[in-house]
Amino acid sequence: MRRTFAPWADPQAKPLIRVDNVTKRFGDAVAVDHLTLDIFEGEFFCLLGPSGCGKTTLMRMLAGFEYPTEGVITLAGQSLEGVPPYRRPVNMMFQSYALFPHMSVEKNIAFGLKQDGLPKPEIADRVGEMLRLVQLEKLAKRYPSQLSGGQRQRVALARALAKRPKVLLLDEPLGALDKKLREETQFELMDIQHELGMTFVVVTHDQEEAMTMADRIAVMDHGRIVQVADPGEIYEQPKTRFIAEFVGDVNILEGHVMGQENGLWRVKTASAETPLTIDDPDEVLHSGQAVAIAVRPEKMTIQREKPGPEAVNVLTGEVWDIGYLGDWTVYRIKLATGEILRVSRANVSRFVESPIDWDEQVYVTFEPGAAVILAE
Amino acid sequence: MKERSFMKSLSAGLVPAVPYLWLGVFFLVPFLIVLKISLSDPAVAQPPYRPLFEWSDIMGFFSALDFENFELLTQDDLYFRATLSSVRIAAISTLLLLLVGFPIAYGMARAPERHRSLLVALVILPFWTSFLIRIYAWIAILKPEGLLTQALSGIGLISEPIEILNTEWAVYIGIVYAYLPFMVLPLYATLEKMDDTLLEAALDLGSTPWRSFWTITVPLAMPGIIAGSLLCFIPAVGEFVIPDLLGGSETLMIGRQLWSEFFSNRDWPLASSVAILLLIILVLPIVIYRDVEARRLETRP
Ligand SMILES: Nc1ncnc2c1ncn2[C@@H]1O[C@H](COP(=O)(O)OP(=O)(O)O)[C@@H](O)[C@H]1O
Ligand SMILES: [Mg+2]
Repeated sequence: MRRTFAPWADPQAKPLIRVDNVTKRFGDAVAVDHLTLDIFEGEFFCLLGPSGCGKTTLMRMLAGFEYPTEGVITLAGQSLEGVPPYRRPVNMMFQSYALFPHMSVEKNIAFGLKQDGLPKPEIADRVGEMLRLVQLEKLAKRYPSQLSGGQRQRVALARALAKRPKVLLLDEPLGALDKKLREETQFELMDIQHELGMTFVVVTHDQEEAMTMADRIAVMDHGRIVQVADPGEIYEQPKTRFIAEFVGDVNILEGHVMGQENGLWRVKTASAETPLTIDDPDEVLHSGQAVAIAVRPEKMTIQREKPGPEAVNVLTGEVWDIGYLGDWTVYRIKLATGEILRVSRANVSRFVESPIDWDEQVYVTFEPGAAVILAE
Repeated sequence: MKERSFMKSLSAGLVPAVPYLWLGVFFLVPFLIVLKISLSDPAVAQPPYRPLFEWSDIMGFFSALDFENFELLTQDDLYFRATLSSVRIAAISTLLLLLVGFPIAYGMARAPERHRSLLVALVILPFWTSFLIRIYAWIAILKPEGLLTQALSGIGLISEPIEILNTEWAVYIGIVYAYLPFMVLPLYATLEKMDDTLLEAALDLGSTPWRSFWTITVPLAMPGIIAGSLLCFIPAVGEFVIPDLLGGSETLMIGRQLWSEFFSNRDWPLASSVAILLLIILVLPIVIYRDVEARRLETRP
């Protein structure tokens, strides 16, 4: 059902949020740099990027705590220029949760509803509904200081959801939780978003989290968006070396384009004896151009026997390191050039006869379709 | 080794005793003396009260003590009116201090971090000049041909000299001016600790800045508001110098009454009972404060 949800692919669709060429400067420092972005209704949208790339600043402009130095943000066709935070149909869940310490869980959740002047019984109903949604019915009378980190996170979520905003902004919502709780909560957030049909914009610096939850991911770097796409495309078709390296593990081989044969690119590298053959037809390259070839570790295979003459993309090296992760084993292979490749292999069987060992000479191969070419 | 641990436990036992020792010597003992005098009878002698303490006649000493002075306080309504007037003036002054002190403390807490310690130093700076001299200076400002009148008529706001000196207004001005640091500092201490994102969260949830101030900032600043108010209210009730210098003869305050019983009438026992009365009035807000604080800590461990 989620599969068919792709309003961004429909040229007729009107975005709910449009960030139009927005720049935000703090003094001389540029936090957000000529950024353009469309977010559609019902989307689970992730802003992903390293610390300091401007994610929080963009969020704060959506919430109304900062105003763009240049450019406009529109929400449902209405410009947000000069609209203060308390008049925006947008709510935010803060990185620090920002729960009111002098109010009980109930009162925290009811706070936003009271501002709307809803009648008391309706507020009570809505608070009850929110408490059920985040499974905190029993803790309604507690104060924030009497809650665990995970419980506080839920109160913050319930409080932000209570007003049923058009858009919910979540700044690193799971950042303060431990790994196990994070993973559980990721799925819960997805369920809640699906159930309420709300638009979620989530900031994170954790690529796995973004991949798990998002309909689309915008990868940010230095205040700019470098790619917006669904998680699969971000992982399999990264546009730049920065994205390939930031999202997941990757091996980068540098080389020069020799030309195109049968629609496949031939690239000369120092790492392999024969030129590499890469199937990446969308790239527009010219002979002699310097490029980087990116191959994910799980798309490489490792073997002890020399591959036959029909094999393409063969690299030779020796086993430098083996990391056993249970589900995967990660081999680090040192090539003659000194480069280290990561090759991972699913542990499909519990017993392996004569497994590959440290210091062994091995051959690493990959299919032409396993790699992408990134223009330098 | 053993000796050191002995010294350690000795000093660990002594450290908490320091405040008790201080309060014992400088509060409890003088208090008992004043209490005793308040129960004595006035006498034309040196010292001017009876009975004097003597070990040889302990029974006679205690039997000579009585509550006559306190009865006198209830009979003459001057003391009642003076008490009421003191509490009223102190309460209004405290309110004015809050109104003036809160914006100052709030501004200080919002100032860039590198300016804050300088601002705190500036708030305390007036203490470098004697309190008495600063109150005298206000006479020069407030008197009919004083600086205030000159300034206001200079810019054409008034044509006649304004009568402020020797009114209750002068007392309010003096108290607000003199006590402001005691209001600002505790307020600043709580406001500075406040997390700004709480206000942002309130705005985000649809609360206007004005409502957010009342629903978030004020409740969270309450410990500072209470501490500052008590620090101002308590000494203001017993204030003597400011009403005496600025308030004129009309301004009735219990501290002045105490002074005149003591020095003009030389009735030490009555003056002592006024002092005890003052203490009883002031114990009440302190007990209330402790109660409020204890309840607050109970609900929020
Ligand atoms: N209020 C501010 N004043 C000055 N610089 C700021 C302010 N807020 C953010 N910045 C700067 O803008 C950049 C982006 O910050 P931020 O949006 O918080 O990044 P992220 O959330 O991606 O870690 C950083 O270099 C940060 O130092
Ligand atoms: Mg951030």
